[in-house]
Amino acid sequence: MAAGNFEKYKSDGSLAGNALEWVDARFPATSMWKGHLSEYYAPKNFNFWYFFGSLALLVLVIQIVTGIFLVMHYKPDAALNANGVPIAFASVEYIMRDVSGGWLIRYMHSTGASAFFIVVYMHMFRGLLYGSYRKPRELTWLFGVGIFLCLMGEAFFGYLLPWGQMSYWGAQVIVNLFSAIPVIGGDLSLIIRGDFVVGDATLNRFFSFHVIAFPLVLIGLVAAHVLALHETGSNNPDGVEIKANKDENGIPRDGIPFHPYYTVKDIVGVVVFLMVFSAVMFWAPEGGGYFLETPNFYPADPLKTPPHIAPVWYFTPFYSILRAVTYPLFGLDAKFWGVVAMGASVVIFAFLPWLDRSPVKSIRYRGPIYKTLLTIFVICFFVLGYLGTLSPSPMGELVSQVCSVFYFGFFLAMPWWSRMDKFKPVPDRVTFK
Amino acid sequence: MSNQGKMDCGRRRLVVATAAVGGAGAVAALVPFVSSLLPSERAKAAGAPVEVDISKLEPGQMMTVEWRGKPVWIINRTKDMLDTLPKLADAVADPKSEKNQQPAYAQNDTRSIKPEIMVVVGICTHLGCSPSQKFKAGTEEGMPDGWLGGFLCPCHGSTFDFAGRVYKSKPAPTNLEVPPHVYLADTRIMIGEDKKGA
Amino acid sequence: MKKFLIALLFAPILAFANTSTVHIDKWPGSVSDKAALQNGAKLFVNYCMNCHGASYMRYKNLLDLGLTEQQVKENLMFTSDKIGELMRVAARSDEQKQWFGAAPPDLTIIARARGEAGNAGAGADWLYTYLRSFYRDANRPTGWNNTVFENVGMPHILYGLQGQQVMNHETHKLELAVPGSMAPAEFDKSVSDLVGFMVWMGEPQQEYRRTLGWFVLAFLAVLFVVAYALKKEYWKDIH
Repeated sequence: MAAGNFEKYKSDGSLAGNALEWVDARFPATSMWKGHLSEYYAPKNFNFWYFFGSLALLVLVIQIVTGIFLVMHYKPDAALNANGVPIAFASVEYIMRDVSGGWLIRYMHSTGASAFFIVVYMHMFRGLLYGSYRKPRELTWLFGVGIFLCLMGEAFFGYLLPWGQMSYWGAQVIVNLFSAIPVIGGDLSLIIRGDFVVGDATLNRFFSFHVIAFPLVLIGLVAAHVLALHETGSNNPDGVEIKANKDENGIPRDGIPFHPYYTVKDIVGVVVFLMVFSAVMFWAPEGGGYFLETPNFYPADPLKTPPHIAPVWYFTPFYSILRAVTYPLFGLDAKFWGVVAMGASVVIFAFLPWLDRSPVKSIRYRGPIYKTLLTIFVICFFVLGYLGTLSPSPMGELVSQVCSVFYFGFFLAMPWWSRMDKFKPVPDRVTFK
Repeated sequence: MSNQGKMDCGRRRLVVATAAVGGAGAVAALVPFVSSLLPSERAKAAGAPVEVDISKLEPGQMMTVEWRGKPVWIINRTKDMLDTLPKLADAVADPKSEKNQQPAYAQNDTRSIKPEIMVVVGICTHLGCSPSQKFKAGTEEGMPDGWLGGFLCPCHGSTFDFAGRVYKSKPAPTNLEVPPHVYLADTRIMIGEDKKGA
Repeated sequence: MKKFLIALLFAPILAFANTSTVHIDKWPGSVSDKAALQNGAKLFVNYCMNCHGASYMRYKNLLDLGLTEQQVKENLMFTSDKIGELMRVAARSDEQKQWFGAAPPDLTIIARARGEAGNAGAGADWLYTYLRSFYRDANRPTGWNNTVFENVGMPHILYGLQGQQVMNHETHKLELAVPGSMAPAEFDKSVSDLVGFMVWMGEPQQEYRRTLGWFVLAFLAVLFVVAYALKKEYWKDIH
């Protein structure tokens, strides 16, 4: 439903009407409202999984607003204050104690970071369930993968800022990964850090990336993601194209205006989400030591590595894949291939639209092969994630290798297995109630 | 928009109810954000009242203490210094301290609680420079003839007497501010706090 | 089938869960016990703050324990005379580094830092056990060792209260050789109070946070009822 095909607003003679007509003649207010909300026709059979798109947008807003207020009090400075504590670390405790309402804003931001990944993982899983990435929505999917990559960067840069032990050593390890790249690796790590170790220069540039560069890119990508979606129209749990069946006015018979129907529905979703979010934020802001890792309550100490370093939970599946690679290959060492595997495990999602050769989109009409493989894939993802939080062990290494092989096998063999399944006939219209 | 006229009563009531409850929640959610803009505990601690011991302040001497990041002067005025004040009644802009630049207990001829001890914020009321001491009568360099002693603001030349009163026809609009202060003992002053109710 | 698969895959993982060799006692206290927190504050200021700072805390925060400004000033403030000041250590960190080899850590958030992934409350248990596990060891420069924190740099500050424990090398258990001024149960209670204070100090507004949570959740429940009714009302249109 491209914007711009709507008639301009005609005033009813009231003051507000005149004002709107004046604006509408100069700015596509009416056409944006109609094109994206009141006359954007979404399939009427959205289920639970379709809440997570709008929830991701909500979390983005929460992060931006709380972030703006945190920057007012936070200081990206690795130098020690009069009490021998890094200023950056002390400024976080200052926010937690001395700034009125600061603790709540900080917990919103830290809980929001984890919530962002939970919501985005659910949103991506929805895509896998119902084939949302399939033609004609490949670009929407690609923008989405871009958002995911950007979000990982944003989270990584942001995690350094509290300047605790986990912040410091996590950044140290991840930046050193880049040194695994042949020829340019060493220089690349140096350029990222701006120093020979993670230090004040690193903290300042990560701060800049976290509060300016990445949020700007993120907002742009989110806009592109939504615009691309609204160009093709939304997919649905049946994977049926509702635009193929329109009434005499050119409105899809299975479509309903996003506003008011999905706005009122999403409000319910938002309230339920906020209940879960608040429960964590008020009663378990550390997220059991996974949302706020306990070693991060020690200030960064470049001379002492904590006994066990693990990335935050949302990175651990990919971190496990990195650790699973222990063999050198083609004259390059295991470290390099680990980095390649980790990068590939994220980027491989971008190829889904072309890897999936199934004649149907939705899992509802796919057969046992897809259901089984997707289940195992999800289990592997959880297992890898759990292993990534633990110290390395021989048993863990073996399990993570098995899971990694399956992880990549799921994608790489998809062109074959996705065609072989037993499919059910897809109906012409969506199923509702 | 077109079906607005057809919206039935129950539906309208629910829209209003949701908007009202949701709006109340949104306003409540603003509280931590707005309150985070207020001075923090650190700022409050830095702005806390300052206790000063003036037992070593000789007559004719001045000491400076910091209160809320501003210099506060405490001057132990000699009899000679105090004698200059009545003579200047026509030369200064606000001889009776009628403008609200001091607590009520310092709105008197000497602008102080004890006649000899002057407590005043050393910030020129013009544009915020800190005036410098010109205590010697008549002999101070660059001061006009017949100078009786006081302060000169180096930025725009405002002059003040020993009670912080500004001379007429100078850029500074009002007398120097006397901060709230209270004597805890004979030689101990608490700056930034008025006398408690008791 | 699915459940079986999950069980199968998670079985070996659960076996990895690290098991600590030292037995850690459960901290018996509670952060809502104001009297215990006040006693803990007194112990903290008298015993810990000679070497350790609590430099993110202000003395003013102690008023939240139900103390008056007068009480805090007279009984708890030794390093400063202003109630709004931070609870800094009397010694300087660079000097301490010379004396002890490493500056004693700031203790404001030590209870949080000593938590574990999957058990954020473990910090209190660790501290409670650690402070009661010092024993005489002539091989250490301080004359003290600790079963929870082996070769710790810190001497046993509370030995006057607890007395002196020694290691029985046959049972590998600690035994009280010289009694202190407190009976063992009394000493345990004091350490519990001290730990309680450190848990509270890690996040002084934690009780308020939990209470506020109930109000927020109650409000959201009301909003849910209205929003759900609104959704139902609109979706009557859709067939």
